[in-house]
Amino acid sequence: MGRNRVVIYPDWCKGCGICAAFCPKKVLAVGLDGKARVVNEEACVNCGFCEPHCPDFAIVVIPEGEPVPPESAPLDSKEETP
Amino acid sequence: MAEITQLIHHYLRHNKKFPLVFCPGCGHGIVLGSLVRSVHALGLAKDNVVIVAGIGCSGRIAAYVDFNTVHTTHGRALTVATGIKMANPKLTVIAVMGDGDAFSIGGNHLIHAARRNIGVTALVLNNFIYGMTGGQCSSTTPEGAYSHTSPMGQLESAFDIVELTRAAGAAGVSRGTVFHVKELDALLTDALTRPGFNLVEALTPCFTQYGRGNGFKSAVEMFRWLKNSCLPLERYAKLEDPGGKIPIGSFVRRDVPGLETRYAAMCQGLRAKKGGAA
Repeated sequence: MGRNRVVIYPDWCKGCGICAAFCPKKVLAVGLDGKARVVNEEACVNCGFCEPHCPDFAIVVIPEGEPVPPESAPLDSKEETP
Repeated sequence: MAEITQLIHHYLRHNKKFPLVFCPGCGHGIVLGSLVRSVHALGLAKDNVVIVAGIGCSGRIAAYVDFNTVHTTHGRALTVATGIKMANPKLTVIAVMGDGDAFSIGGNHLIHAARRNIGVTALVLNNFIYGMTGGQCSSTTPEGAYSHTSPMGQLESAFDIVELTRAAGAAGVSRGTVFHVKELDALLTDALTRPGFNLVEALTPCFTQYGRGNGFKSAVEMFRWLKNSCLPLERYAKLEDPGGKIPIGSFVRRDVPGLETRYAAMCQGLRAKKGGAA
């Protein structure tokens, strides 16, 4: 298992649930607010499903060892707030 | 993978309102991503790509991408695209249309664009219904399916987009789905590089207008349906009973020069003839 980072931009997510339904490792789930949440980041194998299948470009998977893009940092911290 | 999202953001118009206007679970956003990845994979400059869109949900795609874009009237995307390609054959012209746009209202334009073999890539987003105008049945609504204008089930049979375009004489015809994204990327990239009229049909679910009335409980279920009912052309050909299955892949690949190439050759021939006579 790699240590891939999975980042969701909550402002762009519409909560269709495609990512959560088809994630082979159940990394993603739909939260109570109807938006996608990362629930088990350690299990991500970077299979490449969620990123191109998100109709709203709201998911980024950053493989292990690759730098986190600077613009995703503030969005990531925004995800913590309710 | 991270670079995929970064490059999509690079090709979007940042002054537009996001998220996209499409309903949750609509596949149009996935096709938009596929289009961007295909253009990027070919290394085409933004200024050399023209997106022509008609009316409908699919017409919104042209507003979001940072290429040269034209939003035309209903069904007339291909006519404008034909004009652009004839005037400037160096441009890569992509006509983004919905099923109603391409086959109902613009059906005549489509068969003639295919007959002329104009060097335009037609990307048809087939969601089996008129989504934006309120869920009326279209010419691709399957027989027996429910819509607001066929509440007892559609009586008319549906167009097979692949067979129709093949018969009209297109140079390339292929079909993909938004569930099989990698294949759709490959089909689109291939269509963009080939001469003549190339049509790519992308099956994209419309849960709001089509799915809810036809027994699907969620948008995810429509994606599951695509996953289970679409299979590659080679495997489809081996099936004894194809009942309900949909073949995907490349159906037609003919190497015929586009109209703009033949026109340029004719002009050159005439000029040479005139120069020789003088």
